[in-house]
Parts: sequence; C-alpha cells; structure tokens
Amino acid sequence: MALPTYAGTGERVWYYTYRVICALIFLFLIGPIIVIVPLSFNAEPYFTFTKQMLSFNPQGYSLRWYEALLSSEEWLHSIRNSFFIATSSAIVSTTLGTLAALGLSRRNMPYRAFITAVLISPMIVPLIITAAALFSFYARLNLANTFFSIIMAHVVLGTPFVVITVTASLSGFDQQLVRASQSLGANQVTTFFKIILPLLLPGVIAGALFAFITSLDEVVVVLFLAGPEQTPMTVRMFSGLREEISPTILALATILVGISILLLSTMELLRRSSERQRGMTPG
Amino acid sequence: MKRILPILAATALIPAAALAAEGDQLTIVSWGGAYTNSQVKAYHEPYSEKTGTEIFNEDKSANALAGIRSQVEAGNVTWDVVDMLQADAQRACDEGLIMRIPHDEWLAPGPDGAKPTDDFIEGTLGECFVPQILYATMFAYNTDAFPDGGPKTVKDIWDLEKFPGTRALQKIPQKNLEWALIADGVPADEVYDVLETREGQDRAFAKLDEIKDNVIWWSEGAQPPQMLADEEAVIATAYNGRIFNAQVNEDQPFKIMWDHQMFEVDGWVVPVDQGDDNLKLIKDYLYFATDTQRLADQAKYISYAPARKSSVPEVGMLEGTEIDMKPHMPTNPENFKTAVQFNTEFWADYGDQLEERFNAWLAQ
Amino acid sequence: MADITADGYSPARDEEDEAQDKALTTADGTPLKISLRRSQARQRRRAFYLVAPLLAFLVVTFGWPIAQMTFRSIHNPEVANYLPETSAAIADWSGDDVPDEEVFAAMARDMKTGVEDRTIGRAAARINREIPGARSLVMSTARDVEEMSPPYRDAFLAEDEDWADLEFWRLIKRETRILTPAYYLLALDFEYNTRGEIVERPEVYQVYRLLFWRTAWMSMAITGLCILLGYPIAHLLATLPLRKSNLLMILVLLPFWTSLLVRTSAWIVLLQQQGVINDLLVWANIVGDDGRVRMIYNQIGTIIAMTHILLPFMILPLYSVMKTIPPSYMRAARSLGATQFTAFTKIYMPLTIPGLAAGVLLVFILAIGYYITPALVGGESGIFISNLIAQNMQGSSAQLKLASALATILLVAVLVFYWLFNKLIGVDRLKFG
Repeated sequence: MALPTYAGTGERVWYYTYRVICALIFLFLIGPIIVIVPLSFNAEPYFTFTKQMLSFNPQGYSLRWYEALLSSEEWLHSIRNSFFIATSSAIVSTTLGTLAALGLSRRNMPYRAFITAVLISPMIVPLIITAAALFSFYARLNLANTFFSIIMAHVVLGTPFVVITVTASLSGFDQQLVRASQSLGANQVTTFFKIILPLLLPGVIAGALFAFITSLDEVVVVLFLAGPEQTPMTVRMFSGLREEISPTILALATILVGISILLLSTMELLRRSSERQRGMTPG
Repeated sequence: MKRILPILAATALIPAAALAAEGDQLTIVSWGGAYTNSQVKAYHEPYSEKTGTEIFNEDKSANALAGIRSQVEAGNVTWDVVDMLQADAQRACDEGLIMRIPHDEWLAPGPDGAKPTDDFIEGTLGECFVPQILYATMFAYNTDAFPDGGPKTVKDIWDLEKFPGTRALQKIPQKNLEWALIADGVPADEVYDVLETREGQDRAFAKLDEIKDNVIWWSEGAQPPQMLADEEAVIATAYNGRIFNAQVNEDQPFKIMWDHQMFEVDGWVVPVDQGDDNLKLIKDYLYFATDTQRLADQAKYISYAPARKSSVPEVGMLEGTEIDMKPHMPTNPENFKTAVQFNTEFWADYGDQLEERFNAWLAQ
Repeated sequence: MADITADGYSPARDEEDEAQDKALTTADGTPLKISLRRSQARQRRRAFYLVAPLLAFLVVTFGWPIAQMTFRSIHNPEVANYLPETSAAIADWSGDDVPDEEVFAAMARDMKTGVEDRTIGRAAARINREIPGARSLVMSTARDVEEMSPPYRDAFLAEDEDWADLEFWRLIKRETRILTPAYYLLALDFEYNTRGEIVERPEVYQVYRLLFWRTAWMSMAITGLCILLGYPIAHLLATLPLRKSNLLMILVLLPFWTSLLVRTSAWIVLLQQQGVINDLLVWANIVGDDGRVRMIYNQIGTIIAMTHILLPFMILPLYSVMKTIPPSYMRAARSLGATQFTAFTKIYMPLTIPGLAAGVLLVFILAIGYYITPALVGGESGIFISNLIAQNMQGSSAQLKLASALATILLVAVLVFYWLFNKLIGVDRLKFG
C-alpha cells in the first residue's frame, strides 16, 4: 500500500488524508481504553484529570483506589468468584466444544450446516433473553443462586467460541500429514498424540481463552442468576457504575485491561507457533 | 493441556474453600448504602456477636416484590428477611407471597411490658409487616447552586426561571405525580382523589412534562446525594436519611426542603415457604432486631424515625458525635407541618396502571 | 479421535467406484456397495457421537429454557386457577346484564377458598392490571365473604355497587382462557376492549412499537457507523505489509478482548458532563463551564459506545475478505486506464461485498439485542427493547409474561437475521483474530 511513484498530487493528498483518517479511527478504538489507566491512579475521587495530574505532579497520583479494591473483602470475594466461575466453565466448554468441533470437521458429519448453526446460536441470542430463560429454568429446579447454574450458563455462552476456533484450526489441517505418519509406521494413537494434538492444541487453547474471557466479562446472565455468595466482579462493577461511580472501578478496569493484554499476547504467540508448525510463513 | 490442568484445578479450589459454610446463615435483603449500613450497625453486628449467625446482605429491595414473586413461583425461596415498603408488603401479603406475622407472639414487648401491637405507632403494623422506621422523601438541594437562597415550596421546584438547573427525580410515578399535582395547586388532602381520575392523571403528567427536559432520573437511594455532590443535578428528591448522611459525614452543602415531604413506613417481611429451622432463626432475629433498643439504636446511624413509640425517647446523638438526631427526624414537628402521608392503598390499586403509563411517558 | 485418519476417500471418487464396480464384492462376500454404505453410515454416526454431548447439553440447558419462556408468553392461568368455580359458572353468561346468582355464588365459594389458601390476591392482582381498583373491590369483599349469606348476588351488590360493573365480569370471562395472545397484543401496543375486540392502546400507554423501531434504527445507525469506520481500517490492514498490519491489528483486537464493562465505563469517563471530553472543550474555550455538552445518558451516548464496542466485529470479517484480494487486480485496472477512484469502486469494492455482508449482519444481530451498554449510557431516550424486557422482569409491577412476549418477538427477529447470515455467508465461516 506504499504510494506508487506515478501518483499525482491529488492522489498524494488523498493518500495522506487517508492515513490521518485511519489514525483517528485507531485513536477512537484504543483511546478510551488508554484513558482509564492514568485515571485509575487519581489521588482525588474524581472521574477526570485533575490539574496536578496534568502537570505530572506526583501528588496528583496515588494507589489509593488499588488499595481500596484489594483491601475490600467484598471485592476480593467477587473477584475470586469470577475466576472460579470462568475457570470451571472454560474447562467444560473446551471439552464439549473441542469434541463437537472434531465431529463437525469430519467429512461425514450429517446435517453439518444446521447443527453448526445450532451450536453457535448462544452467541447471537440476545443475552437478556438467555438470562430470562435460564433464570426461570434454574429457579424451577431450585438451582438459581448456585455456582452450578452460573457455570452451566457460562458453558452455554462459551462453547460457540471454542467450536469456532477449533473448527478453524482443523480446517487448515492437512490430512497428508496423517497419512505420512501412518505410512512411516506410527499407529493411530501415536499419530493422534504426535501429529494431530500438537496441531490442534493452539486452536483448543485459543478456544479455552475465549471461553474464559467470555465468562469473566459476562454481566447479564449473572445479574439474574447470582446470589450474594456468587456475586462476580462484573455484577459489582455494573451496580457500581449505576450508583456511586468511584475510581475503584477504574482500578479494576485497568487490571482487566492488563489481563486482556496478557490473553491477547498469548493468542498471538499461539497463532504464530501454529503457523510455523503448518509451514506457513510467519508474519 | 496437561500442564495447564493442575493450575486450573488449583485456581478452582480457592473460592470453594473460602465459601465453606459454617453455622447459621441469614440472607437479608435491603436497600444498600447508608441504610443497610445502619442496619448492619444497629441490628446485624450485635446479633451476629450474640448468636454467631452469619448475615449476608443483598441490596435488592428496589426489586423485592418481583424477586419474592419469582422465588415463590419457582418454589425456591432463598431470601430470609426482606426490607420492604409498606405498599409492596400489602400487595405481597394479598398475593400470599409473605408470611402473616402474629406481632404479639413474634416480637418483643415494650420496656414497660406493652404489647407490640400497642407499642408500634398506629397504622404502621401490617398483616405481614413489621415496621422499622418512618422515613421521608422530599426535595433537597445543593446550596452552592443557589447563593441567594434555594427553593422553599414544591411550586418553586417547577420554577425553572428562578431556580434553573437539573432536577434529579426517582424513576417511579409514586410521589412524583403527587408533587406534580401539589405544584399545580391541588390541596394536599385532595391529591389522591384527583389522581384517581383520568383527568387528574393527565394533569399530573402534563405538569411533569413542564420540567421533563430538566430532569435526570435515579433508581437507587445512594444516587441523589451523589448527583448533587457531582453537580449533575442542583435539586433532587431523596430519602431524608441519605441527605443527612451526606451533610454530616461528607460535609456536603446540602439543604433539605421539608415542604410537603411524603412520609411512609418501611419494615421487614418474611417470604413464605421457609424451612422449620430457618423460620426459628428468622423469628429469633426479628425478635431481637425490632425491640425498643435496636430501633432506637438505628437512629444513631441514620435520621429515620423509629416505628416504636417506646424507642422515640431513646433517640439520642449521632454515633461518635454531639449531633442531636431529634431535629433531623422527619417526625420532628418543625419538619412535619405540611407532611403528606403516602397512600399505600391507592398505589396498590393504581400502581400497575400508572407505572405503565409513567414508563411509556419516560421512553417517549 | 484417531478416526480422523480413517477417511481417505473423496465422495466423488466413491460414487464413481460404485457405478463401475457393481458386481464387486468384499472378501466376506458382501456386495461392495452395501459394505461401503455401512461403513459410511458408521462414520456418520461416529462424527455425530462427537457432536452429540454438546448438542444434548445445549438442547437441555439452552433450547428447552427458551422454549419454556416462549410458552409462558401465552400462558394465562391466574383466573382459571384461582377462580375455578367462577370460571365454570360464567361460561354461559351472555355478557349483557349483571350475572345471576349462580355466578355470584361461585365467586363467593372461590373467595372462601382463596382467602383460606391466600391465593385470592393473585387473581385480584391479575384483574387489577386491566381494571385499576378491582383489587380492592375483590380483596375487601373477600375479607367479608365469610359473614355473608345467600343470595350472594344481593350481598355482593350491597357490599359494593361496583359488582354490577359489566366490564369487570366481561374481563373475568375473557381471562378464563388459559392460552391467550393478550401479551403479544400488549407487546405491540394493542389490547382487548371490553367487548373483546382488538384495539390500539391509548396513546399515553404506547411504548413498545416505539422501542422496537428505535432499537432497529439505532442498530442500523450503529451498523452504518461501523461500516464507515471499519472499512478504511480493514483496507489499511489488508494492504499494509504483514509485519506492520500485525502490529496495528493489536489496536483492533485489544478492544475486542477488553471487557464490555470496562469499555462502557471508559465511555462514561470520557463523555459525562464532568468528563474528559467536556473538560477538554472547556479548557480549549470551545464551550463555557456552564455550557458543557450532554453526550451521555441519551441516544448519542448509546450510539458512540456501541459503535466502539461492535467495530471489531465489522473490521475482522472485512479484513479476512480483503486480504484475499490480489493487489494485482487494482494495478491491472490502473494500467488499463482507470483512475484510482474508478478502480476502487468498480473492482475492489464489489470484491469486498461478502466481508461487508458478514460484518453488517453480525453487527446488526448483536446490536439489536444489546442490554448493558444502553442501560449504562442510554439514559431514557437511548434504551433498547432489551432494557424494557429487563424492566418488565423487575420492579413491583413486573410483568413476566409481557417480558416473555417481548423477548419472543425480539428472538424471532434475531433468528431471521441469523438465518439470513447462514444463507448468505455460512456460520462456519466465522472466525476471530
């Protein structure tokens, strides 16, 4: 997309205008996320930059909201809950989703298109509908306000991501490798562990991470299903945003952005390693 | 995956261990913020200390009726004691969602041995309802916004020229419609008769229309002081205790306008379908938490008037200060001159219809 | 799992073989055709067994609950259940005159039972929704019914003359139907009048059609903005050298991976009246301190925040399609004399349509069901139909059945677009990152 040498003045102008527009859109995408980071170190209980902050006076900054967050039994309790729910539901969704993706990727899978559409549907059904339906369902079974029902609900919401990522990683799968392995004398078990699994693993881990973050971020379903013992951090954040906005929420938000960066880097590494394994040219 | 699993499993165990149940537990639903805090200080903490019962607070009173209804319909009642308004309690009681409470049997007598039915202020006890406090909803304002003096009457609230700025009102038709009529010149004692008619309802909504563009809406009691402090609003309706709290604890320049304050009763109810052991615990808690001393203690933390006559003389200073609580009570004669009693019966009949209309009006 | 290795044939080949080798048999003497079909059936079953656990799980814990909810939206058992005798007795009533003693006596018996097991209030609450004041009529009479004596018709009328109200009895008669479309009528701002005809609700109560319409147009606006912002970015990413584009891709993926709540709170921080953008405007003297712009708690807030949140869903499918368009096409067009503009609009853009369609449908489908962001930044004018569904599930005037009807309508709309997505793009083409 370099500017060709034969470009006229008009094209040059447009070329640079286009770059500036793109830069502005990138700013729109990333700016809001960046802005909350310094604000979470605000020494004052405000949601905006103080004069001291803008003049980089160290007195304008403090860790008080992080202290408030990490010394609050309620916040810690709900953060623990969130990680517990996300981890458990990611394990179950990854198992169920990977199995299903293996089936879907087979040539002989009957009704593939329809079944795929059904398996992906939890991702597109509005969350408020899922929440309303699941709440009555589990309440009737005497299971509302339990970790079990929340985890099951999050498994439902997480599996589409696992199915999609694992299916995608299988679609680039070269059957020749399997035949090569077998022709070289490996049995099926060896082939699976030595050839298929390593190639599949990046997709599975990516799916697991997606399921994990989906559960960690989920608000609507837990708003209905969680009782006080299960309250995850998102519910506390949601009511915090509606009632008393305090920078404590921004401190948590900053930590969550950190987690996102961590997960995103992991994904990127996985992608590269899987591309290298498949012999594609790395970026 | 092999290497990851043990780590995942280890993470998974943390909360499970942290949540292991020990002994008796009560889930108590209330309004959150300073109000729940006053209950924690006056009732929950002394009770837990005395009995070792662990108390979980859930801040869901704003949706308590719907919550109990769905729990009872589902046959899965998880709430033990619920803090509710008298009007909602009336409906819940009619629908058989909450237990009938034999007050003289369940509750503590007054210090002079008076039966609870005689000790609670007349008209506050309900078939299924144990009152705790009388509280007021009224207008309050940030004095910084009005250096020449703030609004004095409900009519002033509608005067956007003399008192410009955003108003924060509660996102319910209750009380807002009453005040709209009062501002429109309807005498306080005729408000509910007027509001029963279609013309009266039209009139109230038309009056609200006049200020609609200058209103932001709140739904949780903690919000209005926050909105006044952040200057998102200059005038707000609020519960008197919340404003008092902001005045005293946070030193906010707020002033309460007592004109046509609307007072109502708030108290405890118990959802039906409690197990025997649980019910014993609930009764024990209620006996403790609604006795004369406890109700008077609550007034040490928040400026609501205790519902027991015998508690009134016990009301003293704000905890840890020299501030006499009596002038801050909604029942203080000075504050009570133009007070209007919130009509629970009217709202039980017309609530559905007017709420529907109110929500449609809001969204339009 | 190791069976992946077992399928070595291609289907086209199978059919060919089948046609040619009709007479062939396998070692045990089975005709090859049958043997082949068996083995294929076995493989189909094996493939299905792998999918079965998830499919079963979803049917039980997702499909079934939603079906139950849909059923609830037409289920109307209160009057039939809590006033059973009255329901039976009123069946023959003509509707033209105050019902006779038989109906009143049935009502009295229902009330006695209802007072006994505390269910009379539920019937009263149901009737009160349609006729305000009916609750106290039923409740106060029910309180006294024990002391009344037949004929109940006279006793009731003596208690309260409202018992002669035909509207009340017509309502009871209508409400004895256990299945009713009434909640769907309400969800579309219609209702039954006292004669049982379907009429529009009075204007002051109309809100749901408005909200469905608002949800649709705001979602379209958001989708349009996503195209406007997403297209240039996707194009840039697809045409830059891979190393640079991978770096810039992080700027798209990071928001995608960041919690919805975090992004929404970021927009609150930026947009509120005491927020960062307003501070900047005041500082730059563009507005005065008392002229701070209201950008949040209204439709603007919802549109900005949701565009930000949904933008990656537009960029990613566009990018994956654009990446496959060889740059030589554009160069060929240029060398044949097309201007940059013509080459772009005539050659490049038509090729991106599949990605655009995928992005548009994805963003629109996700947008019309949004709840959290409108609830936090939409104020009153920027809320979506999902928020009204939630509102009808909570509050003291909760109408679960109306909420179910609204949810079902929304669900049908979403499924129609989802079907379209499948038809046009294919759900198996969805990818992330």
